[in-house]
Amino acid sequence: MSATLTVGVVTFPGSLDDRDAARAVTASGATAVSLWHGDTDLKGVDAVVLPGGFSYGDYLRGGAIARFSPVVAEVIRAANDGMPVLGICNGFQVLCEAHLLPGALVRNAGLRFICRDQQLTVENASTRWTSGYTEGETITIPVKHGEGRYVATADTIAELEAEGRVAFRYQGGNPNGALNDIAGITNAAGNVVGLMPHPEHAIDLLTGPSADGLTMFTSVLKSLVAA
Amino acid sequence: MTPTIDTVGNAEQTPDVEQPFAELGLKDDEYATIREILGRRPTDTELAMYSVMWSEHCSYKSSKVHLRQFADDAPTSDAMLVGMGENAGVVDVGDGLAVTFKVESHNHPSYVEPYQGAATGVGGIVRDILTMGARPIAVMDSLRFGDADAPDSRRLVPGVVAGVGGYGNCLGLPNIGGEVGFDPSYAGNPLVNALCVGVLPHHRLQLAQAKGAGNQVVLLGAKTGRDGIGGVSVLASATFEAGSETKRPSVQVGDPFTEKILIECCLELFDAGLVTGIQDLGGAGLSCATSETAGHGDGGMHINLETVPLREASMTPIEVITSESQERMLAIVEPAKVAEVLALCDKWGVIATVIGEVTDGERLVITWHGETVVDVPPRSLADDGPVYQRPVARPDDEQDALNANGSKTLPRPTTGDELRATLMRMVASPELCSRSWVTEQYDRFVLGGTVLATPNDGGLVRLGDDTTRGIALALDGNGRFTKLDPHDGAQLNLAEAYRNVACTGATPLAVTDCLNFGSPEDPGVMWQFAEATRGLAEACRELGTPVTGGNVSFYNQTGSTAINPTPVIGVLGVIDDVAKRVPSGFTAAGRQIVLLGETHDELDGSAWAWVEHGHLGGHPPAVRLDAEQALAGLLAAAARDGLIDAAHDLSEGGLAQALVEAALINGIGATVALGGDTFTALFSESSARAIVTTDAADALLATAAAQGVPAVSIGTTGGDAIEVEGEFAVSLAELRVAFEGTLPALFG
Repeated sequence: MSATLTVGVVTFPGSLDDRDAARAVTASGATAVSLWHGDTDLKGVDAVVLPGGFSYGDYLRGGAIARFSPVVAEVIRAANDGMPVLGICNGFQVLCEAHLLPGALVRNAGLRFICRDQQLTVENASTRWTSGYTEGETITIPVKHGEGRYVATADTIAELEAEGRVAFRYQGGNPNGALNDIAGITNAAGNVVGLMPHPEHAIDLLTGPSADGLTMFTSVLKSLVAA
Repeated sequence: MTPTIDTVGNAEQTPDVEQPFAELGLKDDEYATIREILGRRPTDTELAMYSVMWSEHCSYKSSKVHLRQFADDAPTSDAMLVGMGENAGVVDVGDGLAVTFKVESHNHPSYVEPYQGAATGVGGIVRDILTMGARPIAVMDSLRFGDADAPDSRRLVPGVVAGVGGYGNCLGLPNIGGEVGFDPSYAGNPLVNALCVGVLPHHRLQLAQAKGAGNQVVLLGAKTGRDGIGGVSVLASATFEAGSETKRPSVQVGDPFTEKILIECCLELFDAGLVTGIQDLGGAGLSCATSETAGHGDGGMHINLETVPLREASMTPIEVITSESQERMLAIVEPAKVAEVLALCDKWGVIATVIGEVTDGERLVITWHGETVVDVPPRSLADDGPVYQRPVARPDDEQDALNANGSKTLPRPTTGDELRATLMRMVASPELCSRSWVTEQYDRFVLGGTVLATPNDGGLVRLGDDTTRGIALALDGNGRFTKLDPHDGAQLNLAEAYRNVACTGATPLAVTDCLNFGSPEDPGVMWQFAEATRGLAEACRELGTPVTGGNVSFYNQTGSTAINPTPVIGVLGVIDDVAKRVPSGFTAAGRQIVLLGETHDELDGSAWAWVEHGHLGGHPPAVRLDAEQALAGLLAAAARDGLIDAAHDLSEGGLAQALVEAALINGIGATVALGGDTFTALFSESSARAIVTTDAADALLATAAAQGVPAVSIGTTGGDAIEVEGEFAVSLAELRVAFEGTLPALFG
């Protein structure tokens, strides 16, 4: 049944983890559909992943240019209509720039790119992308970024915390100085999730530190079947 | 003011104009040869082209006579599809797939400008791999600096590491391994060697040749600017003296985003069969790309140089033809396909410009707004440069004294407490401490095929989603062994990389090398070079692993002091099923630890001698190529049959270091009982050795015996300490603090 579901993976010039995101979609049982940054429609997909990388070179700010691409205009429209959208790393930056999620991602506190296996606590297991987890569960997923420090106004942070919209929190060491150890957040409706760690790099034990990331992709399929 | 352009006509009419050939790095006789080839004086532009193309960096004029051994004495290998001489060698790995890989130096630029020097080193080698028609799938780097606590290392180490990471991460290539070394001989001459590996279906193989009169010459990628003018002659082919900061304009500036889209665009061009030849623009820029493609084609070439897109409109023809601006490729395209090529480039936002065409005849003609500024036989630039038989002389006094000064007289630890203290100092030394501070700055996950990466012995990547096949790579160099004995040292470097690949479960297949040496004008250095290449060629033949390509970096010296001769060797291996890969770290408690190979009292040139006594002298450990081959065969068989679940080679720091590293990766300790002299057992660096863990010790020992590999069970894994029975124990927590704290403390 889920084989008929399609998940779009956007490629911007400079996207790097697009093929990996597509591989994770395939591994979860859905069909990955490639979306190009210049596309003006979403080819009828059921959900969208904005992958990691350096879209358009990220010369201004991570995601700042991508946010104005034709395909992101469509993603914004679809997300506001309830379509599940996942932003990973650079994709998270795009979602923040597009105001689908609040806050911003700035240069790591250590000022260096950091790549490591990272433990996360699942804080919210009720979004479209996290329903396969258990609240409070510890998962291991790689981080790899130079600009991943989540920041927002004190009011926004308080609101995110009060509404349970922190989806993932760093555990066992905050790699980038993110406020409240925030690794990922969701919108109020729970269909848009952004996170710095890379679930697409944790889909099997051969190439990743765990298979914990696959659950994000299977979660959204289950939610689509149920919907 | 309009600058006067020196045309061919002008050169013919003014034969006696004095030309600055010496300032451009050309010798008197080289200049005379140019005049002879052309039958007149060269124009300014021609002179600039000969200067860069005949530089040591591009022409290999001092090394050519020695490098021939790699081809002449190469082991016969059915796997070799493209050998030395192309941008990179290509090796068949089965299933219709081929792999191309190469290591190259960017030493001098990285000293002048660490970030950009290192970044463009990665960019350059990646384009070499792309040029063969391959998709780049991983990078590695071998870095060497002066003493870790030297003031200049605080500038160089963070800059170089950030440059390697910044470029590779933004390009989306996993960095799967390499090495970092410190030694005062590299003060003022850091070594930055970058390796790239790519994969291609056989039919996509591209060659750097311009064939077919009328075919169009299309320049792809970045605009041409004033960066890197004459980099190969100014930077790479001369010794540094005071004031080298004035050479900064000779260092290129990289833009990985442009390279990323250039890669994707070129791969689409190749897949669509739209180009008949392709060459990257690296050292010597357009001079090299035009003369090499024309020289290897079947005719000549005409370039309208003013059509090259420029960053600065005021650039002169000399600047345009010698600029080393990064992220550019030269494609040869049939006229009927030009429109399609331009459209595809437009899709990717890659600038593409027709700048000339392939012609009948045998001349490379370059015009600038209609005036001919270059008219030369292209092979005279690309292939027929000077070849030197440089004087070679073993510096007997110095070398004899070095070899006579063995480590036997150095005081050795004897008690358990002394051994423990020695171990703790050694694991915390910059020589042997954890490289995580470096490798955490590199993305090792991107592309999703990384099966093993640092701190495993070798990197291992799957070749695609629809295959189980993978390739392993290791990159090793040991300048101290090579200093003690260039012939044996080079062989030991090869043996270590070969062994590291074998430890992953893969079978070694082919070799690439980056030969870092001092000035070729010093007969002592040339002796080191001649000995090292001879040793390497011999060992490659014995191990059955041909050299497929590489790079020579000379002039790594400050004043009259050369670096330790440092051949950095990359070995490529293949594994049929990546799921059978063997990691370096202990994976479970209660496994038997088996030591493979023979340990002798071999501590000259060892990490122990250096870290504990600052001593370098004597003779390096014996080379045991037969034993290496037997060990590699055993490791491949044991991996395939599932007999082992971890394997770690023994090299710098000996068994002690191997146990510490294997234990710390997954936090699983070990208890070992060592017969004989414990010090030698722990710290000797005898070659052809590894430790493996197994839950099938009987089967493993039987297989080892059958294959002639000495094997002895020395203990078991488990616990949260490393214990050497009867001598000492140390907790993993204490080891971790010592091992992991050093580089962060030095570099922040």
